[in-house]
Order: sequence, then structure tokens, then C-alpha cells
Amino acid sequence: MTSLMLRVAAAESLTPLVKRFRFEHPQGAALPLFSGGAHVVVEMPDGEVLRRNAYSLISDPQDGSGYEIAVRREDGGRGGSRFMHGRVQPGDQLRISLPLNLFALDLRARKHVLIAGGIGITPFVAQVRQLLRMQLPFELHYAARSRAEAAGLKLLPDVPQIHVHISDEGDHLDLGGILSGQPLGTHVYTCGPEGLITAVAEAGARLGWPKTVLHSEVFQAPPPGRPFAVVLARSGRTIEVGAHQSLLEALEAAGVEIDWSCRGGACGRCETQVLSCHGRIEHHDHWLSEDDRSSQSRIMPCVSRFRGETLIIDR
Amino acid sequence: MRATEFSSSIPSRPVYAGLRPHGALPALMLAEGAGGEALAELAGADPSVMRRAHLFWIPAGAGPGLAARLRALGPAGYVEGPDYAALRPRFVRALADAHMGTRLYLAGDEGLIGQAMADALAAGMPLEAIDAEHRGGIARRMQCVHCKGITENVTTDPFTCAHCGLNLFVRDHYSRRIGAFQGVCVDAETPGQVPEPQEIKP
Repeated sequence: MTSLMLRVAAAESLTPLVKRFRFEHPQGAALPLFSGGAHVVVEMPDGEVLRRNAYSLISDPQDGSGYEIAVRREDGGRGGSRFMHGRVQPGDQLRISLPLNLFALDLRARKHVLIAGGIGITPFVAQVRQLLRMQLPFELHYAARSRAEAAGLKLLPDVPQIHVHISDEGDHLDLGGILSGQPLGTHVYTCGPEGLITAVAEAGARLGWPKTVLHSEVFQAPPPGRPFAVVLARSGRTIEVGAHQSLLEALEAAGVEIDWSCRGGACGRCETQVLSCHGRIEHHDHWLSEDDRSSQSRIMPCVSRFRGETLIIDR
Repeated sequence: MRATEFSSSIPSRPVYAGLRPHGALPALMLAEGAGGEALAELAGADPSVMRRAHLFWIPAGAGPGLAARLRALGPAGYVEGPDYAALRPRFVRALADAHMGTRLYLAGDEGLIGQAMADALAAGMPLEAIDAEHRGGIARRMQCVHCKGITENVTTDPFTCAHCGLNLFVRDHYSRRIGAFQGVCVDAETPGQVPEPQEIKP
């Protein structure tokens, strides 16, 4: 994974829970440009543990002077966002992966409808800049609980294509209304909680939208669970995965070379073959096919866990 | 007459999976000749497909009985024309007015399906919203890769380009954008040595 050591140029609170960070090259060199929807993986050396979290870039895709991300503090999370909020100061240096886009705009579309829930606004901040620059038709629907919590309000331009729905003010997303009457060639992009993505998929299915034009991205942290053991077929070793650790992190801690990219079950890079499974794999990814899941022949170590007797993987 | 089954070929050769009802969603329907039977069968399987359907009908030799049967299925709109070229302005206008969630049902020979599908895709309709069923002859709509001219109703391989006169080999290579198969000069290296034309098979 290609990465750069970058300097924290600014850290600013957007809301009580969301902080914006700006990274620049220590010598002021230009950073590679990206496309709206791209993310970077931030490495956080936290004592013994090396945390790696993926964050969507919210800065202008055409601006190589720096990368910006917005981090929501998850107090019940695994510690990555608390590290960013509590420990990272301007002037610090952090290792940042080069941008990768698993949620790019489909530029064959005639129109783009973006639907964001809460902190799911982040990939759209960069996409809106790209859409405005390219002068493409779009509309953005941004749902948040309250204005105080809606970090996106400080990140989005004041343009008529953007519609804000604040549920505390009684303005709820009307997905049926949004999806009705859209012209042929419209694509829909959803980012936010799993429930929002499911609701858009259901509204789309009801109105006859093909699945291929409904795009979504969930950035999920590896869910915690019970500790479990895994046998590595190539070395014969057995490794333990802790309750708040992912299988990918346990493999890395054991010094196993493994390719990865999104660390959120979406990109497919760390897909691993299962050689023997006595028990049940808890699949949490968005990558494997239904067949791969039910046959328990593959696992995504970044997010998925195991419960049962023995699991032997091809690593 | 049943839907035509084609032998398997290269991946770009279109496969027409047949018409399948998608309920009372808004729909555009376009059928030519024997394709009218496919629409009648579709409505027989699920009459609600007609409720919000606009039907474009090209009789192409099918008797007035079939037209009467199609009208009796009760589509929300009905237009008849002598060929696709004549109906095309209205069909393209209907596509421009259509919204996401609209289904397209196409039934007829490959030339009709190919042209209508190309117009629908150009209008932004997702490929997955289109059902097509091949009925009728297996003549192909061919584009000459040399002069780009289209020759309609090609039934033999090789054939002579109607525009530039080259002898063209009929490939299974199909362009979804153009709605035509590719014809390539068959005697470029040995001018005049043209294989005996064979009838195109499904």
C-alpha cells in the first residue's frame, strides 16, 4: 500500500462531535489529485497498536495542496476516532495512504442524485465540487438530526441543488418523492447508516429502478465480537483474534503479509480462502457473493469474524 | 411462432432473454411483425403490464387481426407505423419524457431490437430496464467497418456492402451503441477471391 508521511496542517471542530483535519506535504510538495468519493487510510500509532481507519476526502479533488477529512468521534468505537480527536495536533506527522476511490461517480449517468445520512455526507462534499466543476446535473439530499450536529452545513457550498433535511425540524427524507419522476439515466448514490441504504434500495425496487444504478458506500468499522482462534495453513500457526480486534489486524500483528485497501469489507483486496470451517463465519462485508458466503469458502478478514470449532485459512 | 434460439458465440453477440412481466410499472413497448405475438403472450401472463404501457406497433406483414388483438389488450397508448424509421421520432420523444422506473419491452427481429435499444440507451435508459425477445427472421443489420454504412436485412455471409461495394464477412461482433453487427472486408489480401456466400444461421 503506497503511502505518504504528511503533516497535520490544521485541526478544527466543525460540530461537538466532528473535527476536520488538513494534511499537507512536509516540504510543501503537491499531492496526487483524486476523484470525488475517494478515501484515504490514516495510520494511527497508538502505543502497541497500529490503528488504520479509512476516511473520505472532503477537499477539492483538483486541489493538490492538501487532503482534508472529517472525523466523527465514536465514543463507543474501537479508538481510532478518539485518537484523532484527542491526540492529533497541528504539526504532527501521520502516515496517509494514497487516495483510492470505491465510490466514484458513474459518469455515464445523465443525472446524479446523492443521498447522505449524518456523517455519510463526507464523500459527497468532494463529489459536489466535482459535479459543479463538470457542470453536470445533480441534486444532493442531506439528512441530519439537528443543525448543530450537521457538520456538512459548514462544508457544502450554497447552491440550489443541495437540499437539507433536519429531522428535529420535522423535515424527513421522502425517498419515494426523491426517486419519483427522475429522468432516464439518473444514478443514485447513498452514504450513511445501513438503514438508509436499505431504505433507498427498497424505494428503488418499488419504483422499478434497476439495482445497477443504485450505488452505496458504508464505511464500517470492524464489528467487535467474541475472541476466536484461526489456523494459518501455510505456517501451521494458530493465532488469536481479540474481541475488539479484526482478523486482518490479528494477521498483521502476527507478521503475516496480507494485501488490503479499504479495511471496511468493500474493496475485496484482503479476500482469503477458507480451507476448513467447523462453525459459522459471521460475514460483515459487502464484497462476497451469496454463494461464497453460504458455502463458507471465503472470508474478508477486515470485517468478518468466526464462531465455532476450527477455522483454517489459506494464509 | 416461438422465440428464436441462437447458438452460443462470442460474448458481444446479443442474447435476447425474452419478455418477462414487471407488473404495472410505466412501460414503453415496441413490436414488429411476429413480435406482436410476444407482446400478446406477455399480457396474457400478466395483464397489468398494459395498464401504464405505451405500445408502438409495426405490422410488417402481420395481419389486421394481430393489431386488433394488441389494441384489445388495453394499453394506455397505442401508435401504429409502417416501419421503425416512421415511428422513431415519436418513440424517441416518449423516451425523452420517460422517468426512471420505466420498462422497455422490445419484440421483433434483430434489426428492430438493435436500433430501438440503441436509441433507448442513448436516452439514458439502463440496460437492465430493457426486455427483448427475438421473433421473426434472422436477417442481420450490418455495419461496414470500412465506410461505416449500414446494410439492412443481410441474410448471407459474405455479402456486398450496400454503400461502398466491398465484400464483407459477417462477424458475430455486435455494437450495442450502433445496434448492428460488424462486417469486415473478406478479400482484402486476395482481391476478388470471395468465398461462396452461405446462408446466415441462428
